[in-house]
Amino acid sequence: MNINLTLIVQMLVFALLVFGTMKWIWPPILNAMEERARKIAQGLAAAEKGEQELSEARDKADAIIREARERASHIIDQAQHAARDLVEQAKGAASSEGARILAAAQQQIGLDATRAREALRREVAGIAVGAASKLLGREIDARTHADLLDQLAMQI
Amino acid sequence: MAAENAPGATEYILHHQTFLSNKAPHGIIDFSVINYDTVFFSVLLALVFFGLFRWVARRATTGVPALTQNIIEWIVEKVDEQVRDTFHGTSRLIAPLALTIFCWVFLFNFMDLVPVDLLPAAAHGAGLGHLKVVPSTDLNATFALSLTVFILIIFYSLKMKGPIGFISELTLQPFSARNKLVQALLVPVNFLLESVTFLARPISLSLRLYGNLYAGEMIFLLIAVLTLSRGFHALTSIGGWLGILGQFLLGFIWTGFHILIITIQAFIFAVLTVVYLSMAHEHH
Repeated sequence: MNINLTLIVQMLVFALLVFGTMKWIWPPILNAMEERARKIAQGLAAAEKGEQELSEARDKADAIIREARERASHIIDQAQHAARDLVEQAKGAASSEGARILAAAQQQIGLDATRAREALRREVAGIAVGAASKLLGREIDARTHADLLDQLAMQI
Repeated sequence: MAAENAPGATEYILHHQTFLSNKAPHGIIDFSVINYDTVFFSVLLALVFFGLFRWVARRATTGVPALTQNIIEWIVEKVDEQVRDTFHGTSRLIAPLALTIFCWVFLFNFMDLVPVDLLPAAAHGAGLGHLKVVPSTDLNATFALSLTVFILIIFYSLKMKGPIGFISELTLQPFSARNKLVQALLVPVNFLLESVTFLARPISLSLRLYGNLYAGEMIFLLIAVLTLSRGFHALTSIGGWLGILGQFLLGFIWTGFHILIITIQAFIFAVLTVVYLSMAHEHH
């Protein structure tokens, strides 16, 4: 065991190796690692941001749905109200129309009855006059006996 | 059994402790000698490290990473975290330095898990007498790392604190006094203490790594001695079979432990480097 020229050679090799490592090995590997760390950090931040945005969007969608639901139920209420109103209105209109028709019909009936009664009366008066003239054997002057006939007609 | 193999075992272990070098060294320090095996394997492992990491770095995607990129990025991230925890200044050097040390030292140590005789035997077949495959069992390799770190410590200390700040850090603590005369007397004491602390850093760094791996390799060698020079004769006796079984079990268990040791040693070397350099950066 002794110290010899190997020492010097080894020191030169070592110095060269350290220089090489410093220049061509350490920087590229460390840069790659740092770059990857940066990328991963970015990715994580983006994921977090995306998650946050997603939950925001979900909240927003929920709010929109809630509002739509409220509006829909409001519209349904309104529609129900309107339908009820319409039905009420129609009912009212129908009953007044019915009453009117009824009144008109009753009036018509009254009119017809009066007219029929008048016609019947005339006919009865005619028959009565005919019968009387036959009974009396002479002609009854309608004109001279108009008052009598009218009185008669009124009595029938 | 051990007794009859004793001479063979010594030769075997000494053979494994010998480097493939240009010539036999004289004395403890001899700069005319070079260990070809250490240089070869450390350069090879440097290329493995650099090739793999460069391959990943070139095709690094910022999207979903594939398995290899994932593993490499995991290592890089752990080193980066460690450096950020310990070192609070800004430096483009320290994190890559820590990564290089961890990976390179880990690969050095990993060679210890390759069966001890495999590569030396292959080398023997290729005509090479000796081969040590674990660079971190060579003091030259561990001191090369720690001395380079030591030079960086001095460089950063001077850069961040200035020469005066650096010298005062070495001489004005831990003992200080209001009285100028007393302070002047304390300076040598402080300097002695701080120099020991300061110089202990590179020495402890390299010796810790060397010691752990040397011991680990030695235990593999001792386990291998169980069936040494018995060859196929081992299959003909119960003792031989016990030896084979013992070698297998002990080798298996020790490899399991050693996986932890080699990783921890690489980690300690890298972390202490970062700690020392951050101490050099900080003002007191």
